[in-house]
Amino acid sequence: MNAGIRLGLIDWSILLAYFLFVIAIGVVAKRGIRTSNDYFLSGRSMPAWVAGLAFMSANLGAQEVIGMAASGAKYGMATSHFYWVGAIPAMVFLALFMMPFYYGSRARSVPEYLRLRFDEKTRGFNAVSFSVMTVMSSGISMYAMGLLLNLLVGWDFDVSMWVCAGIVLVYIALGGLTSAIYNEVLQFFLIVFGFAPLVILGLNDVGGWDGLQAGLARVAMSQGYAPGAWSESWRHMGSADSNPMGVEWFGMVMGLGFVLSFGYWCTDFLLVQRAMAAKSMTAARRAPLIATVPKMLFPFLVILPGMIAISLSQDPGVSGLSLPAKPDGSPNFDLVIPVMLGHYFPNGLLGLGLTALIASFMSGMAGNVTAFNTVWTNDIYQPYMRRNASDQHYLWMGRAATVVGIMLSLAAAYLVSEFNNIMDVLQLVFAFINAPLFATFLLGMFWKRANGHGAFTGLIAGTMAAAIHHGLTLPSHAMTGVKGGWITVIHHYPSEMAQNFWTAIFAWSCCFVVTILVSLATVAPDSKRLPGLVYSETPRIDDSGMRWFARPKVLGLLAIAAVVTLNVLFW
Amino acid sequence: MSFDIRIPIGAMFVLIGALLVAYGLSAGTVTVSGAHGHNVNAWWGSLMALFGVAMLGIARRARGD
Repeated sequence: MNAGIRLGLIDWSILLAYFLFVIAIGVVAKRGIRTSNDYFLSGRSMPAWVAGLAFMSANLGAQEVIGMAASGAKYGMATSHFYWVGAIPAMVFLALFMMPFYYGSRARSVPEYLRLRFDEKTRGFNAVSFSVMTVMSSGISMYAMGLLLNLLVGWDFDVSMWVCAGIVLVYIALGGLTSAIYNEVLQFFLIVFGFAPLVILGLNDVGGWDGLQAGLARVAMSQGYAPGAWSESWRHMGSADSNPMGVEWFGMVMGLGFVLSFGYWCTDFLLVQRAMAAKSMTAARRAPLIATVPKMLFPFLVILPGMIAISLSQDPGVSGLSLPAKPDGSPNFDLVIPVMLGHYFPNGLLGLGLTALIASFMSGMAGNVTAFNTVWTNDIYQPYMRRNASDQHYLWMGRAATVVGIMLSLAAAYLVSEFNNIMDVLQLVFAFINAPLFATFLLGMFWKRANGHGAFTGLIAGTMAAAIHHGLTLPSHAMTGVKGGWITVIHHYPSEMAQNFWTAIFAWSCCFVVTILVSLATVAPDSKRLPGLVYSETPRIDDSGMRWFARPKVLGLLAIAAVVTLNVLFW
Repeated sequence: MSFDIRIPIGAMFVLIGALLVAYGLSAGTVTVSGAHGHNVNAWWGSLMALFGVAMLGIARRARGD
């Protein structure tokens, strides 16, 4: 199927202009690369706003744009929890409490921090699982992108994947992290300008927020929910059956808001790397705080199109907009953005929207690739394969790892396209490995008694707990297997999302308890090694020289106040 | 910073904005149903070009410091 979109000369010109600028930035950035530190950490030279926008943009893959619009259609305003509960608090925590250790220690990566704080085996486990995850997730998003472009404009799946991957390869191989970060800032603005007209035209079409609320009330009632279930974020979270997500507030706050969100935003090197590239400790702490501003506003850009689409598609005869169905007859929510692009954008804007979509894909992929080449070179190749080589050798290895990383992602994309179940299984395994991570970092940074044996066994135990919990529970209406219950079913969850959140809660708690018990049963870490790595052993950063409104603590409080206000406004 | 990223961003937005405006004015009315006859290309293109000029302006002032 082709969504009926025909590109004109103007659309191709916009896309071409974007490609040229992206590559030119790579070429210019290459001039600044002399050492491996330049390549992997941009020579720690980025101003806070650049690092902050890159931090925001690296997380903003195509899957986020497509997936969040789909969730907007499926669950309505409650999708904002993924931002206002599941991101902002963790970003503020990272900036205020964790960045001092990441940036202040000599670590060049998150796994390296684990080696300094704990031991080699904890670092090894994290480095290997992280590398596999980044390559696979960039492959999965490449696959999704190839499919989408094929559907939207009828491009060949292979050609669109290879061209996009090739461009990312060129600009990262040339300019390393600097090139990735600069391009992420450019991509960020392009994504905003590419999708904003969709929201403006769409809102105008449905009669503003009031009209949208009225339309969504009909959507909610036709599915047996209260009229506000699609337009209010918290009011229907009291029990899992009163909202389309099938999640209750405690699982939402603890599972998503605490365990999953802090685990992702505070420990994922893909993000932390952007802040580590900042030019000073102050800039590194400000970067995630600056990123909270666009992150807070993004629901309006990516969730609203989904909500508008589901509202309008109720009367396709009047609105002229309908969502294509999946083979089983249910609407295919993943096509919300493509359908909206075709409906609202004439040639010209269409090229811009398409370019924005491709930009979001590239920024997500570049994030994975730069994190991969750094962790591979610093945490796997250097310690386990070739110690004490020259800096130029590691710089060369970083470029080679970029090429290999992209080739592996392409291979992963083809693997996923051949065996669709592999994707589900892999994402499940990654979820098991990621779920307990934040407990390890929390104890590592704030409890000086935690040691390497504790951290390592805690991580393994948490991963096992996640797997066992998944094996024993099943979302209602699901088949046993990749959805759960593969040991035996002892509990049913109202939805897959509720099951995910509770899997994370169990994994985190298990890792937390086991790390404490094993640490106490084994020798305490050498306290001479801990300054700069643990809160109680590290001198506080003195912000008294800064004007009061520029202090990270004040900025963090402002971000929290703003996000509380948003939650209340859309309660 | 090895160069000011605001310069390429500004230049790209001016270029894309100008392309959209030129196309919007030459192609006349829009055929897509959701746009309700507005010349969205010309409007949005001029906004993008304006943003690009602002970026270039900020970059220039920063260099002057």
